[in-house]
Amino acid sequence: MANTLIEIQNISKSYRRDSMQIPVLRDISLTVPDGEFLGLMGPSGSGKTTLLNLIAGIDKPNKGKIVVGGMDVASLNETALAKWRARHVGFIFQFYNLIPVLTAYENVELPLLLTKLSKDQRKKHVETALQVVGLADRMQHYPKQLSGGQEQRVAIARAIATDPTLLVADEPTGDLDKQSAEEILTLLERLNKEFKKTIVMVTHDPRAAEKAHTVRHLDKGELQ
Amino acid sequence: MKIPLKYTVRNFRSRRLTTAITITGVALVVFVFVAVMMLSNGITATLIATGSTENVLVARKAANGEISSIIMNETYNIILTLPQVAKDAEGKPIATGDVVVVINLPKIGTEGGFSNVTVRGVSQPAFDLRPMVKIAEGRMFNWGAREIIVGSAVTKRFEGAQIGNVIKFAGDNWTIVGVYEADRTAFDSEIWGDVSQIQDAFRRGVSFSTVTFRLSSPDQFEALEKAFADDNRLQQFEPKIEQAYFEAQSEFMAIFISVLGIFVTVFFSVGAIIGAMITMYTAVANRTTEVGTLRALGFQRRNVLFAFLTESILISLIGAAIGLFLASWLQFFTVSTMNWGSFSELEFSFTLTLKIILYAVGFSILMGVVGGFLPSVAAARLNIVNALRSA
Repeated sequence: MANTLIEIQNISKSYRRDSMQIPVLRDISLTVPDGEFLGLMGPSGSGKTTLLNLIAGIDKPNKGKIVVGGMDVASLNETALAKWRARHVGFIFQFYNLIPVLTAYENVELPLLLTKLSKDQRKKHVETALQVVGLADRMQHYPKQLSGGQEQRVAIARAIATDPTLLVADEPTGDLDKQSAEEILTLLERLNKEFKKTIVMVTHDPRAAEKAHTVRHLDKGELQ
Repeated sequence: MKIPLKYTVRNFRSRRLTTAITITGVALVVFVFVAVMMLSNGITATLIATGSTENVLVARKAANGEISSIIMNETYNIILTLPQVAKDAEGKPIATGDVVVVINLPKIGTEGGFSNVTVRGVSQPAFDLRPMVKIAEGRMFNWGAREIIVGSAVTKRFEGAQIGNVIKFAGDNWTIVGVYEADRTAFDSEIWGDVSQIQDAFRRGVSFSTVTFRLSSPDQFEALEKAFADDNRLQQFEPKIEQAYFEAQSEFMAIFISVLGIFVTVFFSVGAIIGAMITMYTAVANRTTEVGTLRALGFQRRNVLFAFLTESILISLIGAAIGLFLASWLQFFTVSTMNWGSFSELEFSFTLTLKIILYAVGFSILMGVVGGFLPSVAAARLNIVNALRSA
């Protein structure tokens, strides 16, 4: 049996709007083994992106504990958390979130700038990542010169460039046509199977969910 | 290595118009700042060049300038006997007693406007003490004649002050027989004649305004000061190194122009800073998602702050470079103004120095920091989740 990578214990999260506390997640507990491809589904406002943000360390719970790869993420201060994210988490966003003024190569290189790798070593990482996503011939292209599917593949290359422990994907096919979406899902599946990446993916798309090993549903902030 | 500089630089392109307007604003402020500094520096440089470090100028202690100083012949003779006065090969003191007066002449292109011009009566050693004064056109005046030579700036700016003309002052006619050049010093803005003729015409008897002489040795100045302090007959007079004397003459105008200029520049810079601030707030607003992404990837708040601040400073530095480039062309212009030290017109050039360039660069960095600080802090303080939501 695989080791546990993510262990979530009784977390709750609420947001304050004016004087109101709006609960988003209620007493969630979840365990994700290493090498898992987990799909999180649920209607809009169910709290799935919030849960993903907590796992990825860009938000903190009001209550409970999140341990990822043995690290109590919620207890880290902001600086330590940023360093942890840079080392352990690869992000894949719905709208790709590439930096428009940087080329595909430079976008993929961005997270590597936070490591101690030399320029040559970074180059090797970037080229490998872009080869994995099949865009080695588009390195010098800017995001606006790429199709949506290609942009998302560059974003995936950026996410895997540092060889992180965990990939988090928020609606990775949400802005893509059917064919591009299929390509991205196949790529994620390959990253999971071939490169043993643990993936947590938020999606609305049942076809995307089909690729996941496990699918958990959230509704009104509660895990079903 | 953190957020790459190319990210900052290339973002200029994505909002060319606002960046260009901000750069223009900073360039204008820097242009004004540099121009004023060059003007102030030009006056000082001209007057410093006028005096030599080897010469000593003696004036009455109470006098504000050469024209208000008077030294009687008896005192003049005492000064010449001091051992600190250098002698020529024949054993004569290398010294000149100058009579400095101010006359009015009509200015070219001002339709009836008059301005003050310094007339300096000199003796032969004056040309040894001020070797930069050289006849450029015509000839030297004859000693003992009502003849004068005019500085190149005077002949250029005053009506009738050209070679061959006769000008009238002190109730007499004076023929201009030559034009001299004085290496862009204040002497260029003067009229020179025989001291005895000037004394006579202005009914000065045998008195001088100032006495200038070559110091026998540079280390003798202290001894000279002591000699003046110890001799009752010389206590009303003060010897100064000629260069220091003329530099002090520039002080009032230089400070006046600098203060006025800095006041205007600071006023303008408020506008430029607000412009930079608006540009940077717009930049932050347009790139909220990018900031969220960078922070999610692991870049720290300080990296974001530094990136935006760098952007603001770079905009200012580009503006400074343009402003400096434009202002550097002013070096080819000369202007004239009333020098309050001599109450007469002084022509000088805008003078650019490394110090002015460094001040301008420092000033522009300050504008960039002040204008960019709050927007950069706003960018650095963005909440990651909210920033990513703005996609």
